[in-house]
Amino acid sequence: MTDATLPFIPSLDARGESYLDEGHTVTSWLTTTDHKRIAILYALSITIFFFIGGVAIGLARLELISPTGWFLTSDEYNRLFTLHGIIMVWFFLVPSIPTTMGNFLLPMMIGAPDVAFPRLNLLSWYLYVAGAAFTVYVVISGGVDTGWTFYPPFSSSYSHSNVIPAAIGVFIVGFSSIATGVNFLATIHMLRAPGMTWLRLPLFVWSMYAVSVVMVLATPVLAMSLLLISVERFFGLPIFNPEAGGDPLLFQHLFWFYSHPAVYIMILPAMGVVSEVFAAFARRRVFGYGFMVFSLMMIAVVGFMVWGHHMFVAGQSATANLVFSFLSFIVAVPSAIKVFNWTATLYRGHIGFEAPMIYALGFLGLFTIGGLTGLFLASVPIDIATTDTYFVIAHFHTIMVGGTVSSFMAGIHYWWPKVTGKMYNEFWAQFAAITMFLGFNLTFLPQFIMGWLGMPRRYHLYPDVFQIWHILSSAGAVILAAAYLMPLFYLTWSILYGRKAPPNPWNATGLEWQTLSPPPKPNFLRPPRVDADPYEYHDFGRSEEIGGEARARPQGGPT
Amino acid sequence: MSLDQFTTAASDYAVKVDHLFYLISVLSGLIVALITGLIVVFFALYYRGSRRPRGEVPERKTHEIEIGWTVATVFSFLFFFWWAASDQITALVPPKDALEIHVIAKQWMWRIQHPSGAREINELHVPADTDVRLVMTSQDVIHDLYVPALRLKQDVLPDRYTYLWFEPNRTGIFHFTCAEFCGTDHSVMAGRLVIASPQDYARWVSAQPQGDDLAHQGATLFRSLGCSGCHTPDSTIHAPDLHGLYGRPVQLADGRTITADEAYLRDCILLPGKNRVAGFPPLMPDFSGTVDEGQVVELIAYLKSLSTDQNDTTQGAAR
Repeated sequence: MTDATLPFIPSLDARGESYLDEGHTVTSWLTTTDHKRIAILYALSITIFFFIGGVAIGLARLELISPTGWFLTSDEYNRLFTLHGIIMVWFFLVPSIPTTMGNFLLPMMIGAPDVAFPRLNLLSWYLYVAGAAFTVYVVISGGVDTGWTFYPPFSSSYSHSNVIPAAIGVFIVGFSSIATGVNFLATIHMLRAPGMTWLRLPLFVWSMYAVSVVMVLATPVLAMSLLLISVERFFGLPIFNPEAGGDPLLFQHLFWFYSHPAVYIMILPAMGVVSEVFAAFARRRVFGYGFMVFSLMMIAVVGFMVWGHHMFVAGQSATANLVFSFLSFIVAVPSAIKVFNWTATLYRGHIGFEAPMIYALGFLGLFTIGGLTGLFLASVPIDIATTDTYFVIAHFHTIMVGGTVSSFMAGIHYWWPKVTGKMYNEFWAQFAAITMFLGFNLTFLPQFIMGWLGMPRRYHLYPDVFQIWHILSSAGAVILAAAYLMPLFYLTWSILYGRKAPPNPWNATGLEWQTLSPPPKPNFLRPPRVDADPYEYHDFGRSEEIGGEARARPQGGPT
Repeated sequence: MSLDQFTTAASDYAVKVDHLFYLISVLSGLIVALITGLIVVFFALYYRGSRRPRGEVPERKTHEIEIGWTVATVFSFLFFFWWAASDQITALVPPKDALEIHVIAKQWMWRIQHPSGAREINELHVPADTDVRLVMTSQDVIHDLYVPALRLKQDVLPDRYTYLWFEPNRTGIFHFTCAEFCGTDHSVMAGRLVIASPQDYARWVSAQPQGDDLAHQGATLFRSLGCSGCHTPDSTIHAPDLHGLYGRPVQLADGRTITADEAYLRDCILLPGKNRVAGFPPLMPDFSGTVDEGQVVELIAYLKSLSTDQNDTTQGAAR
């Protein structure tokens, strides 16, 4: 019950002791309600699942070097890509930034001692673990072969694999998302520090707000549709089964009504992170703050109205296709605006090239490529030609994996000193960032090409004319894997032997930098008061005339 | 296998899709070049430590820039939409008097039925310069007929008809395949699209093992299943007359009006309770489980022939 009442004003005797020193036992971690420790728990769990999902697709990519396959059966291949999809979407990408950086930083950025419901926060992690346990069971007991999309009637009547445990795992982890979303919404509404008005919120907080809205509204629909699939499969209740008069397209509508917004669940937080990083490393106010906020909310809202673009060839009406095509073009506008604004943020800055900035620039590149290829797919005729081919695979990996993981890594490096109190090795981090960008493009640019040429997705065996592209892509995947593994080593090294980090190593303006590194349990020794806009890296409209650092004005500090 | 079997644009529509693709590619390339260029210039001028003066950007100007590129983006996206949609709208209207070929998908093969009665598996012969309309259904899970050379793709659903139409403008052998994940052997559920000249197509059809055409096969079924017992004008049992039914609007018992297309006829045979016709008692037996997809196709072909060719096949059935 220690945190039940959430003293907003930390007790006067709050010691300057780091949250990491509040207990060193396993129990102290597993029963913690400190948002920072829960963030660490999440970070460890999603990292484990990221690498499980990565191994699954690594094996599949290795198999694809040969058009006739060489060490997997078709059933094994189908299980590998399904596992990859389920794990990466629900056990890595969806929770990635919100549950780690969101949990850790959201309260700090608004000057709060914790989230609004600390125990709900811990519960959400346990829900994640419960869902993950089902998924691990699926892996051990032979896998599932429906693809991450669970389309009936294949999933409900024809598949001979563990559909129900897989669906239950995703069902449960969905509630973890909902809990996080509710928590963040309440936190942002209720716990902002004095002076932290809505238009003083850092863009990361706005992105957490937008993503929470989407999580809370969309995830229940996923839960519903997976429940219906399980009920149909287990009890034989006719819901989607056409032989009993059911409609398999209904499932696709329900599924994409969640899963399209889910793409925004992955990318909105990424936008928030890079906004912080661009401002801090260009020493500039984010260009067009108001437009950036508006764009985030526009994307969150319009993102709910475009699910039908996943179904242009599914058998929905031509009129529906046109409407969804139109809305898909519309939802691309705010994303384009954000790209222009990030670029313009560099203008007249003092641009530094530390690792977070390189990752953020990688995000910008991949997000632009992914976004522009989204325009191709929003056009009905091109979508008809390229959907269910590698073009779509490349498109959504570029935007939601390339974008989100680049941004995730940018955030990890940017806030690493704050979270751990240690500096990482700059050279290795820069090297990993560049390697990741190159590896990513080598993996997915060939996939764009072979997709347009006609290579369908989810193919174990394929016409040999596409082999050269598959080999290039697999080679890229090797580089990418190296880029993903490197941080494990140099970041671990930094925890053990890294230089001690000062409270504000980047001279950044956010509230989270106005306290110790690592922060004490109540985040701030005294409650902060906010008296400035975010990103005041320079006086409005100008930066220092002559080179060197402009003087940054922090958003506020302990009063 | 050569790449031409995938990349050749084998219809005018496919050429249009390619043009749209190139248009968006070029414009996307320009946008990427613009952003990359700006970033490189900003790096060169404003890297940390550069001595370049950083002057003022007035707030008003900031807003003008912001609104400027917002509007530019909106208009260029609307232009893309207009271009793509106009391509699509012209392709929306199914051609009249198209050659109708039935496609039945099942794990993991394609069965094709030509109107002449000719059947093939994993191979689809069509005449060039002719409107072809595929009427497709699946016997099990969702499949998807994907013909890269036509830039076309359509999901094939169980218990429902979906359609694809195209007019091939060249002869040759192309690839088609399944694009919706359908289980173990999804990746080998492929076949050849053979576009022949109309003469060669006719020759190919006549060289097939001769049987009755689809409509005649349907007429035989219509009798053997006992349909003709009720659905004749002089029957004692009150059942709708099926002459000229296809393509006509039908008034249903629940007040809806529905056009009697393939899907409607199919539902009437397999799910008679779904769309009951106004003015008739619910006596129609349920034929699901009795007839397979191929036989439904034959029955429908027969019913359609009742609307087009009154003299020939009708008599065969009425007796």
